[in-house]
Amino acid sequence: MTGKNRLNGGMIDRSTSFGFTFDGVSYRGCAGDTLASALLANGVRLMGRSFKYHRPRGPMTAGSEEPNAIVELRSGARKEPNTRATTAELFDGLVANSQNRWPSLKWDAMAINDLFSPFLTAGFYYKTFMWPKAFWEKLYEPMIRRAAGLGTLSHDPDPDNYDKGYLHCDLLIIGAGPAGLAAALTAGEAGARVILADEDFVLGGRLIADTGTLADEDGATWAGKTVARLQAMPNVRVLSRSTVIGAFDHGIYGMVERVSDHLLEPAPGKPRQILWRVYSKRAILAAGATERPIVFENNDRPGIMLASAMRAYANRWAVSTGSAIAVFTNNDDGHRTAADLVSKGVKTTVIDTRPDAPETTDYETLSGATVTNTQGRLGLAAIEVTLSSGTTRSLTVDGLGVSGGWNPNVHLTCHQRGRPQWDENLAAFVPGGTLPSGLSVAGAASGAFSTHRALQTGQAAAVEALGDLGLKASNPDLPKAEDAPIRVTPFWHVTGAKRAWVDQQNDVTAKDIKLAHQENFRSVEHLKRYTTLGMATDQGKTSNIAGLAIMADVAGKQIPEVGTTIFRPPYTPVAMGVLAGRSRDKTFRPVRKTPSHYWAEEQGAVFVEVGMWMRAQWFPQPGETHWRQSVDREVLQTRKSVGVCDCTTLGKIDVQGTDAAEFLNKVYANGFAKLPVGKTRYGLMLREDGIVMDDGTAARLAEDHFVVTTTTANAVPVYRHMEFVRQCLFPDLDVQLISTTEAWAQYAVAGPNSRKLLQKIVDPEFDISNEGFPFMACGEITVCGGLRARLFRISFSGELAFEIAVPTRYGDALMRRLMEEGKEFDVVPYGLEALGVMRIEKGHAAGNELNGTTTANNLGMGRMVSKAKDSIGSKLSERPGLNEADALKLVGLKPVNPDDKVVAGAHLMTKGTPVDAAHDQGYITSACFSPNLGFHIGLGYLKSGDTRIGEIIRLVSPLTGVDHEVEVVSAHFVDPEGERLRA
Amino acid sequence: MIINHPILGPRDAAEFVYKGDASLINRPDWQADDAAERFHEYGYLRDNSAGLHRELWFHEQGDRSWLVVTRDTTTHEITKVELARDVARAEGRSR
Amino acid sequence: MHDLSPLTPLGNAEPSIESIGEVTLEEVTDVALASVAARLGREDDTRLALATLIEVDAPAPSRHAGSTIRAFWTGPDQWMVEAPLETHEDLAKMLSNEIGSAASITEQTDAWCRFDLVGNDLFRALELLCPADTADWSGGEVQRCSIEHLGCFVLCRDPSTVSILGPRSAAGSLHHALVTACHAAF
Repeated sequence: MTGKNRLNGGMIDRSTSFGFTFDGVSYRGCAGDTLASALLANGVRLMGRSFKYHRPRGPMTAGSEEPNAIVELRSGARKEPNTRATTAELFDGLVANSQNRWPSLKWDAMAINDLFSPFLTAGFYYKTFMWPKAFWEKLYEPMIRRAAGLGTLSHDPDPDNYDKGYLHCDLLIIGAGPAGLAAALTAGEAGARVILADEDFVLGGRLIADTGTLADEDGATWAGKTVARLQAMPNVRVLSRSTVIGAFDHGIYGMVERVSDHLLEPAPGKPRQILWRVYSKRAILAAGATERPIVFENNDRPGIMLASAMRAYANRWAVSTGSAIAVFTNNDDGHRTAADLVSKGVKTTVIDTRPDAPETTDYETLSGATVTNTQGRLGLAAIEVTLSSGTTRSLTVDGLGVSGGWNPNVHLTCHQRGRPQWDENLAAFVPGGTLPSGLSVAGAASGAFSTHRALQTGQAAAVEALGDLGLKASNPDLPKAEDAPIRVTPFWHVTGAKRAWVDQQNDVTAKDIKLAHQENFRSVEHLKRYTTLGMATDQGKTSNIAGLAIMADVAGKQIPEVGTTIFRPPYTPVAMGVLAGRSRDKTFRPVRKTPSHYWAEEQGAVFVEVGMWMRAQWFPQPGETHWRQSVDREVLQTRKSVGVCDCTTLGKIDVQGTDAAEFLNKVYANGFAKLPVGKTRYGLMLREDGIVMDDGTAARLAEDHFVVTTTTANAVPVYRHMEFVRQCLFPDLDVQLISTTEAWAQYAVAGPNSRKLLQKIVDPEFDISNEGFPFMACGEITVCGGLRARLFRISFSGELAFEIAVPTRYGDALMRRLMEEGKEFDVVPYGLEALGVMRIEKGHAAGNELNGTTTANNLGMGRMVSKAKDSIGSKLSERPGLNEADALKLVGLKPVNPDDKVVAGAHLMTKGTPVDAAHDQGYITSACFSPNLGFHIGLGYLKSGDTRIGEIIRLVSPLTGVDHEVEVVSAHFVDPEGERLRA
Repeated sequence: MIINHPILGPRDAAEFVYKGDASLINRPDWQADDAAERFHEYGYLRDNSAGLHRELWFHEQGDRSWLVVTRDTTTHEITKVELARDVARAEGRSR
Repeated sequence: MHDLSPLTPLGNAEPSIESIGEVTLEEVTDVALASVAARLGREDDTRLALATLIEVDAPAPSRHAGSTIRAFWTGPDQWMVEAPLETHEDLAKMLSNEIGSAASITEQTDAWCRFDLVGNDLFRALELLCPADTADWSGGEVQRCSIEHLGCFVLCRDPSTVSILGPRSAAGSLHHALVTACHAAF
């Protein structure tokens, strides 16, 4: 036996018994149970405390629209707060806890809020905690969050994997109730690629929750057989536990598949959930409808639930939700619940608001009556009914089913701003406005409430979609099913009720809505935000319409005049983990490794992430305790003898074609047409607005072949820009582009002994002497006895230097060989920091200087912008504003007191002027300690800087308290004449 | 969004990088008398239409084609997709 | 002959191979690559030269073809040529000699890492990796797409062999993505 409230029948597997705990108490349930059904079977109906007033609450629904039974599932790192007990599939070993209560669910100290409810109405926070302002962040908000909270996080990393994936189909069918199944059958048999998705773990929708037959078998049996038929079709993919959460542009849908949520732990290597991006040509929304409550006094006690939920618990889960039950209804569907309960042997009374309620001998019906109050501290014990005569009658019941009619689940139709329309006959909003392209609606979601109409409209929608897809429908025969007319008389709330809950999740009462109206928050959008109606995890699935109806009532309007809010994705709450997918922790984004990476690791290099590249920052040697020691050593040794640095990360673009030189003339501000084969040239690339985009070098390997380099960070944007210039601006230039960044391992070999080192590995037939291979030479050579390589005599450090490139797979071996052969020169590997120090010492601009505001003029390269040719950016770089007499110019700065630091980001002020923006003279872009000079140096932009060499100015950083004197000097601290690099 | 690539068929817009108004194809003549003014207009002035908009997209995670996409900015409906190179030539651009 | 030893994209002396369920994931390093982009006005010449080389018509968009030497389409009038590394180490130079001035040839061998998935139901792993619609793939298809933020080529050799080419520097990340997807799918 799995609980005292278990009935016979149902779709649970009694042979598979699961043990689980709730708030530390052990219970047993069956395979096929939800946490809610298992608890109800065990007689537990108190499952949570309400958000604001801490009122005792039990499940109101049997599905994903649940506002009340919100629990924490699992423990430790897998703890998941704010989960609906009504959808949580039971498994053996499940640990569940209630939330938002202290010290216990039955005795919650914060329930005192309920007594203070007159003060806690809508807008309470806004009104009460306004003053003093400073208290909000530190005191009020944390306090409120503790008191009015949902669950708590584990604060441990989620141990499970989440995945993302992509699915394609002709037809996506959302919902596997009668409409969805009929649509899937029709489309599947016609040969369409179909995806049928349903959030439940058993497919069938209301067919498995209701009694009633299709042809001569019961609905659940027909659903099971139909699902099996669909699963056997190779062109149909049936996905249970899969919620379509959003409808996006052009037939793209988001869908979360809960692969392992029903297991204690995911199987090894399997994801917990998958976020699918579904590409569909057509889609059918068959998401069904949600029953809505009626608002009356104290309508939130555990034991009060939607009538259809009671029916589902009885039929599908074989759970009795009370020993004596009343059903409060304004429509015929409530009677269906009563009939099902009676047939299960549960004593039932129906309170029907309609004077002409259908009569039956199976149960007592009180026509024209309403429920006007309820009793019971932790659960329903009795209700007060006001009869049509006006007299009241008390009924001792421990279950009350409420049926206020049904709302089509229109949510996804709103995701492209479709606005639902009011249907007078159904007294409900049905899909309206512009639906997401390719989406049609069938079944109860479209307002076709009977099973017969659901099957019919499902098939019709599929036939229509197949027509659009160019497929012929076979129209499989559909079984005969009930086709009850819709008989509902709108009845939203019992007049005069005060403590009557509209939105149970947010504790919004009828009184709150009236107050919002009174305080002039009358538009639906204002109403929602002022009262929080329809917010939180259930997004008002059971509360929105009642809220609108009450607003309409107090405003003296009709519901359609008040309007409705529309729904946004996601349809139901989505775990953050599945949105991140595999992109977390170390796999947050790809890691790019340089060819010398493994060698550098062996050397104990300290790495830094640059873009996605892992670059060696410095190579600590034994005894070095501070990074500066390593960097200073690397710089000094490179300038003294020779150093090697992996510069593979620079972008490399192969530019070929008979117009390659002409093309480079367009993309670079300076000229390339006359660059001889075998030579390299610095190139300055501008944006069309005249601002520097990037810089690099172009090496001419042949008349029609250049290799261009870009900065590491700009490799992708520069390639994109060059393709734009090629395809969109000069489509008839014969030029072809391809990235070769990854193809070559490229190392800078720098220092006075760099040539000697390279001569040991470059094959002897290649002359790399100063005469044979002068500054800026380039060429294709071989090394180490015949390996193809490229050699460029270019220098970022300011030293005699080369860059050598070999096919990437040999990069590791080449680095090891250079280190081996360089031993006689005491060769050092140097990292990104040393590279940075040397380029600052040399006055070479880098990313810090090319900061998106820089012009060629700022860099002192204004004359490089050729006026003799058309190049991107040349025209707009001539604008007067970019060429003022006092324009910023790149200069070097050194401290007057050699012990002072130069700080990047600090501003430059003329001596004797106030330190304010109006007197700002410029700023420091790069700074470092120069081990060659023995003091800190910096590069920066200074107004008219080129004419102020020798001037003493102030370096100011009010943020860090820096204020001292620096001297304006040439940016070329080392070898200003460039003798070393030409040596 | 789905962009129906003229060569490759429907592709997810996530594979593309957006640049902006397709008028960027019409780069002015640098030697025109009023080149400064025309480049200013080219660089800074755009129509901001509620409705059909021709715009440039780069198929970065695909075949590296620049495309001219005609999209309704109010509905995202895409009514035309062309290779930008063809458009550029048709609009008189050459070398 | 030079005396430098190559490393595989995953950083080992020998290519890795592993089995995940019934599927084999193999690092492939014995293929030389070079891109071929037709010069302006020389598109037909390039196509003809390519056809001679691979002994079938130059592949149409989203297709690959050939036998010992193969080519796959990468963009308008652009292809990537694959050939055995052992015999075609200097593939780019060889192609330049064959195709002459009709096309721009660029060495690409080490720009890419390549992993082959071999086994049944491979598309179940692919659907966790990239948006390629593989329903009608039977062999001969290629699609460039993004896998975990990496621009990759996915080639269907036959329904039970899929090659994935990705940027070499990110081989470790791509390999991790493939292994994860295979474990999830198989």
